[in-house]
Amino acid sequence: MSNIEERVKKIIIEQLGVKEEEVKSEASFVDDLGADSLDTVELVMALEDEFDTEIPDEEAEKITTVQSAIDYINANDA
Amino acid sequence: MAKRRVVVTGLGCISPVGNDVDSTWANIKAGVSGIGEITYFDTTAYSTKIAGEIKDFDPTQYIDKKETKKMDRFIQLGIAAGMQALDDSGLEITDANAKRVGVAIGSGIGGLPLIEENHTKLVNSGPRRVSPFFVPSTITNMVSGFLSIMRGLKGPNLNVVTACTTGVHNIGIGARAIAYGDADVMVTGGAESTITPLAIAGFGSARALSTNNENPQQASRPWDEARDGFVMGEGAGVVVLEEYEHAVARGATIYAELSGFGMSGDAYHMTSPPENGEGAADAMQNAINDAAIAPELVGYINAHGTSTPAGDIAEIAAVRSIFGAHADAILVSSTKSMIGHLLGAAGSVEAIFTIKALQEQIAPPTINLDNPGEKCDLNLVPHKAQAFNADYALCNSFGFGGTNGSLLFRKI
Repeated sequence: MSNIEERVKKIIIEQLGVKEEEVKSEASFVDDLGADSLDTVELVMALEDEFDTEIPDEEAEKITTVQSAIDYINANDA
Repeated sequence: MAKRRVVVTGLGCISPVGNDVDSTWANIKAGVSGIGEITYFDTTAYSTKIAGEIKDFDPTQYIDKKETKKMDRFIQLGIAAGMQALDDSGLEITDANAKRVGVAIGSGIGGLPLIEENHTKLVNSGPRRVSPFFVPSTITNMVSGFLSIMRGLKGPNLNVVTACTTGVHNIGIGARAIAYGDADVMVTGGAESTITPLAIAGFGSARALSTNNENPQQASRPWDEARDGFVMGEGAGVVVLEEYEHAVARGATIYAELSGFGMSGDAYHMTSPPENGEGAADAMQNAINDAAIAPELVGYINAHGTSTPAGDIAEIAAVRSIFGAHADAILVSSTKSMIGHLLGAAGSVEAIFTIKALQEQIAPPTINLDNPGEKCDLNLVPHKAQAFNADYALCNSFGFGGTNGSLLFRKI
């Protein structure tokens, strides 16, 4: 499980160009990590690539914080 | 309304022979070639394997790393040149002047590298893999867009796209915006980066490119009898244009005055000019008329001179038709012999060379001009730079579709 958390955080750090210590579980991509709507779309695509999965748009819209990304992958990663 | 005078107060460039104006100009004066084998992709299957690539360019010197991935390479180059030029001008952007400072930095083709990359993703992996940044990272107006965002420039924001005349047209139209009163300062020029499989294949199929792959540094040879097409280069050139009184009031360094701008259309052929160079002549004549000067005051022409068989002759014919006997007293050189053809950035980088030439009264050379071809009978400044003594110089660009533009600079 922690492995998934680390991989998700690594992708967030890379995609949003933020520091590791900023990527707290409760951090919001838009409000805390400086992402705009296009950044979040690309972030979801990077998660799809990393975990070889397809995240439906209606689910992707709910992935707005670090924790929600980790939770989604944990719930859906085979 | 009287036309307002427009002067040049800032310069910036990234070129195959230097990543700033000083190093580029020093190499251009010295006849240094920036052409070499293409390193960006495997050229085994391509008829052309050479180009003028930029060396050691680090976009993060100018742009936050996270932002660089939202910009195709031409945008990064344009931003770098734009920031150099703005910094060089010393102009401070404030709440009071921001809406009087605009941007017109164009690109002839736009973001081919990312267009190719995203198309490959689309074909191989489907539409969901196309980046959300694909469109805004590749469209041609995004140098103007990004620079305005990064520096807070709220005046006119433009991008004239006219193939290889793009750079000259953006400078000229930018000057018009100042002359007419739409802005007091315009950051103008062009950027291009299309040394990609699709572009080299396409220009190659059009038989526009040199295939002198064995001798990269001798391949771009404007007016030489052995010329066999242009060599593609990449880069960006940006000049800050400013209303004369505005520049004087803030004590700006003035490099030159942009005293004339001329345009025309060939109405002839997709890719070739008419043999008599009528459209090129009209552009130069219109620039001279715009400045209302005697043609005999022109002492140097930075020619379009791409090293293509037809284009090079047409431009010579055009110069003869405008200047008559005075043509033999004018120095005419093609700096594309050293950096290749930067397409939409060509005219803006060459405008910088024209300005520097006027300032220092030195015409940079046309290298590789060993044996001038038929009808190439002006002083084409072969091999070595030559001094001249004149107050005015022209910078020409011509493009596919029959687009022509000419800038006339005056020494200050």
